[in-house]
Amino acid sequence: MQHEDVRDFHWYVDKAMASLVFLGGISAIVFIIGIFLFITREGFAFITQSMDIREFFFDPAWRPTSDSNPTYGAFALIAGTASITGLAVLLSIPFSLGAAIYIAEFAEGRTREILKILIELLAAIPSVVWGFIGLSIMNPLIIDMFDVPVGLNILNAGVILALMAAPIMTTIAEDALKAVPDRYREAAEALGATRWQVTLKIVLPAAKHGLMAAVLLGVGRGFGETMAVLMASGHSINVPDGLFDSVRALTATIAAELGETAVGSEHYQALFTLGILLFAVTFIINLTADLVMRGIKRS
Amino acid sequence: MADAPKPPKCAIQTRGLNLWYGDFQALFDVDFDVPAGRVTGLIGPSGCGKSTLLRSVNRIVERLGYVRTTGTIDVLGNDIFGANVELLQVRKQIGMVFQRPNPLPLSIRDNVLFGLRTHGSSTGTGADHKSKPTKAEEAQIVEQSLRTVLLWDKVKDRLGEPAIRLSLEEQQKLCIARLLPVKPRVLLMDEPCSALDPDGTAAVEELIWSLKGDYTILIVTHNMAQARRATEECAFMLHGRLVEHTETAKMFVSPKNQSTADYIEGRYG
Repeated sequence: MQHEDVRDFHWYVDKAMASLVFLGGISAIVFIIGIFLFITREGFAFITQSMDIREFFFDPAWRPTSDSNPTYGAFALIAGTASITGLAVLLSIPFSLGAAIYIAEFAEGRTREILKILIELLAAIPSVVWGFIGLSIMNPLIIDMFDVPVGLNILNAGVILALMAAPIMTTIAEDALKAVPDRYREAAEALGATRWQVTLKIVLPAAKHGLMAAVLLGVGRGFGETMAVLMASGHSINVPDGLFDSVRALTATIAAELGETAVGSEHYQALFTLGILLFAVTFIINLTADLVMRGIKRS
Repeated sequence: MADAPKPPKCAIQTRGLNLWYGDFQALFDVDFDVPAGRVTGLIGPSGCGKSTLLRSVNRIVERLGYVRTTGTIDVLGNDIFGANVELLQVRKQIGMVFQRPNPLPLSIRDNVLFGLRTHGSSTGTGADHKSKPTKAEEAQIVEQSLRTVLLWDKVKDRLGEPAIRLSLEEQQKLCIARLLPVKPRVLLMDEPCSALDPDGTAAVEELIWSLKGDYTILIVTHNMAQARRATEECAFMLHGRLVEHTETAKMFVSPKNQSTADYIEGRYG
């Protein structure tokens, strides 16, 4: 029997669409490799030639514009980012987990739907708006409440960042709770457990990997945030020893300085080295979150 | 509390029970008497309301939120909708076995002890619960419960393992075992064998048979042969109504109602 030619119009459309969505699918990989190569290329000369690793990680003096003796110590910047992110995570964990537990286990019907929409809306607020809130509302508020000279500090940036990270953490944590099969809840309730007992003894332990991933992604979010942190942190190079110290973040440094440097200069390359550091850390955080989440599916 | 002078003849008694899921009425005026200490089967085609009736007895049906009920359900002489009745106390006296085995994501031991630990702090009325059970008491309870469901010899060396690793049949037996420590009087079973193979079904049926007398068992089943083998009384439901309730032997030989006869003979359903 002779085979008929199957290549009609629909066959071509099918093949064309298949290639198109394939391109879309692999573009993520292409882009991430492209970005990595780009920032590595720009920062690599600095790492191999002029960078002093000890100075970079342990010296707080970030003086790239000094004429006589420029230094590139990122310690204060790392400390700034770490302190803001740390405070933000500490503040947002209880609120996000509480919100996720309420939405997933206690709220019903319309309350749940409205809350979910509002939280997603909260996640969509542009970061510059958050920065604005930090600058014009939180700043005078902190000065008033705590009687400190400057309100642009770790506390300010940490609170703003907590508000920004909370919606993401809530959404992912709620997904994790919802993924716990309902038959567990039904079984426990039929055994006479209250809703809180069901949540505490059954749902939370069963969802612990997903909750962990939610926290990690919140950390990643805080770590990479730039604009709001730039506006709310005070942006002064400083190894902090209290909540009311102004600090400067890695991201904010890049954003504020990159436009002022000559392309290819040592300063320019040093900023890209900060970029490599950020990229590496967020990559590790996200990868860990992903692996933790996959951990649940396997077990 | 448990030593009432004389156990009531009916373990479960419903009067004029109507139930709606939203606008859909699933039960119509059900008057149903389940005698204490016997195995009673609930049969009928899909959607006839037999699961709904079963699930109203411990009020687990209300998890759905849009459920409305009128009429009364008395369990062991207490109106379960009564204002002075604590839902959790009701559920303590009524154990439930589900269609799909649903062991909790805990170890075998913790599954057996879950109900006990849950109620441990809230059993204000029980004079026998002065304090939390000790480790030794817990171990004894676990062994006794698992022996009752004929599972002890298979799992005694791996009580710490997750219950999910057991076979479906073993999981279902564990789901029965975990009801026992809180000493329920009534066991509700919603097609407990439908996820099991024939050997598992036989084993669980045997177990149900061995529990009768000590417990009042109400069992929903799709399986006509199972209803015939494993129950003493049988109730037939159709379109949300209780059509006929009589001795199993009688129902399968000479059903009074034509629709019962048609269903039993497999003309529909």
